[in-house]
Amino acid sequence: MKKKYRNPIGVKNYTGLLLIMPFIAGFMLFTAYPFISSFLLGLTDYNGIRTADFIGFDNYRRMFTDSGFLNAAGVTLKYTAILVPLKLIFSLIIALVLNMQIKGMGVYRTVFYIPSILGSNLAVVIMWQFLFTSDGLANQLLDMVGLAPVSWYGDTSAAMGIIILLRLWEFGSTMIIFLNALRDIPREYYEAAKVDGCGKIRGFFAITLPLLKNVIFLNLVLQVIAAMQEFNAPYMITGGGPLKSTYTLGMLIYDEMFSYHDMGYANAVSWVMFVLIALIVGIMTKLTGRGRADL
Amino acid sequence: MKKTAVYILLTLCGLVMIYPLLWLVGASFKSNDEIFSTVWFIPKSLDFSVYKRAWQTVTDYTMGHYFFNTFAIIIPKTFFAVISTVLTAYGFARFDFPLKRLFYALFMGTMFMPAIVTIMPMYLMWSRLGVLDTYIPLTIPALFAAEGSFVFMMIQFFKGVPKEFDEAARIDGCNSMQILVHILVPCLRPVIVSVCVFSFLWTMNDFLTPLIMISSVEKYPLSLILRLSADSTGNGYEQCKILAMSVIGLIPSIAVFGLAQKKFLSGITAGGLSG
Repeated sequence: MKKKYRNPIGVKNYTGLLLIMPFIAGFMLFTAYPFISSFLLGLTDYNGIRTADFIGFDNYRRMFTDSGFLNAAGVTLKYTAILVPLKLIFSLIIALVLNMQIKGMGVYRTVFYIPSILGSNLAVVIMWQFLFTSDGLANQLLDMVGLAPVSWYGDTSAAMGIIILLRLWEFGSTMIIFLNALRDIPREYYEAAKVDGCGKIRGFFAITLPLLKNVIFLNLVLQVIAAMQEFNAPYMITGGGPLKSTYTLGMLIYDEMFSYHDMGYANAVSWVMFVLIALIVGIMTKLTGRGRADL
Repeated sequence: MKKTAVYILLTLCGLVMIYPLLWLVGASFKSNDEIFSTVWFIPKSLDFSVYKRAWQTVTDYTMGHYFFNTFAIIIPKTFFAVISTVLTAYGFARFDFPLKRLFYALFMGTMFMPAIVTIMPMYLMWSRLGVLDTYIPLTIPALFAAEGSFVFMMIQFFKGVPKEFDEAARIDGCNSMQILVHILVPCLRPVIVSVCVFSFLWTMNDFLTPLIMISSVEKYPLSLILRLSADSTGNGYEQCKILAMSVIGLIPSIAVFGLAQKKFLSGITAGGLSG
C-alpha cells in the first residue's frame, strides 16, 4: 500500500525533501563523515605524515594507563559537576526574582545577559586573566574586606575557581531560557493555589518546578555539553596549570593533535568524550523520565 | 520593604556583572602601577594615545585589517546561514515527505553533537582539500544549515505563522517557493534578525575553529590577533595596550547587541539558544 503524505494539493511529496537538502548534505559532510572518520582514525597510529597503520583498540587501551588522559577526564568531570548545578540554580533564582513583576526588569535582564554573549569572546577571557593576577582586582577586593589574598594561579583549586567564576558570570543565557518559561506559567495557577491555602514555597515546589521540568532538562543538557568541551578559558587563562589541575579533555585533544601530532590518539580521545557526553545525557534522560520527543 | 531588599540585591548583582567590563575600559587608560593598585575603575587621566598604539597591534597590520578579516568571515557566513536555515526550516515545518521522522531525529541529534568530536576530522578533510588557511572552512559549513539551533529556532517560529496564509496564497496561484519568498519571509523577519545577530556574536566569539584552520597572521580574525598579542606581551610590558585592544575587539559585539537586544531578548530565545 502506498503511504499517504499530508501535503497541500498540488505539492509533490519530495518538495519538502528538496527543501531540507542543505541539511541532508550538511549532515553527511559535517556530522556523519567526521563522526565515522574520527572513529576509524582512532583505530590507527596516524601522525599526519606517514600512512596510517591499523592498530585496533590500542589507542583506547592506552587511555586507561595514560595518567595524562585519566587526569584530564577527572578534571573535566569535576569541572562539569561543580559548574553546571551552580549555574542552573543561580540562573533559576535570578529568573524567579526577575519574574516577580518588578519595575525596570528589562534593564536588569539586559545587564545580566550581556556577559553571556561576550563571555567566550577572547577579549573577555584576556580581561578575566588580568582580574586574577596576584595584585589584580580580585585580590584587591579580598584585601579591602580584610581577607588574605589568594594565589589564584598557584593553587590547584583556586585556578579551577577562576574558570568556574568566568562561566558562572555568563549565567545570562540560561537565565533567559528560565525567564521565558516562567512567563508562560499562567498567574491563575498561583492564585488558585493561594485560595487553597498553599504558601509561596509550596507553590514553587508544587507548581513552578513541575512546569519547568522541560526547560530545566534542556538547560542541563546544553550546559553539560558546553562544560565537557571547555577549551578557550583554560587554554588562555591558566594554560591547564598549575599541575594540570585545569587541563581539560578539550585541551588534551588539541595538544595530542597539534603539538604531538598523534592524530590517531586525539581522535580516539574525542570519541571517548562523545561517548561520555552521550552517557551523561542518557542517564539524565532516564533519571528525569524524559523521552527524546520532549527536547 | 521587601521590594526594596529585592532591588538592592538585584542592583548589587548587576554591579558585579558589569564591573569587570567597566574595569576593563578604565584599566586600558592606566599605567601598570595604577592597574594593580586601585579597584576603582575610573583612571586618573585619560590618554587616548594608548588606543592609537593598540590600533597598530603587535604585527605589521592594524586592527582595521583584522576587523576587515573578521567581517570577511562573518558576512558570507551569516548570509549562507540565513538562506540554508530558512529553506531547511520551511521543509520541516510545512511539508510532509518520505523519512521525515528519521531526518528530524538526525537533525535533533546533530544539535547535541559536541563540536570537539567532529573538528579534528574536519581539519583533516579541509587539509586534504587544500583549503586550510583560507576562510572556506569557516564559512562554507553555514551553507549546509550547520547550526542546528538556528533551524530549531526557526521551526518554532514557523509554527506561529498560520497555515491559512500559505493556503490563501496557493489558491491565488503561488507555488511553494513564491509562498516562502512573498508571504512567509516577511513574517519571519524577527527570527531572521535573531539568526543574524547570533551568527555575528558567535563568529566573533569563535576561537577554536580559526585557531585550528587559520595559520598565517595576515589572515587572522580578531580573536586570534588578541591571543597573539596577549601571548607576546610579557609581564613588564605596558598592560594597557592589550586591554585597549580587547576593548576595541568587544565594540562590534556590544554595538550589535545594543542595536538588536529588544528584538531578540523577548520570546525568541525559546529555542534554547545560549551564548
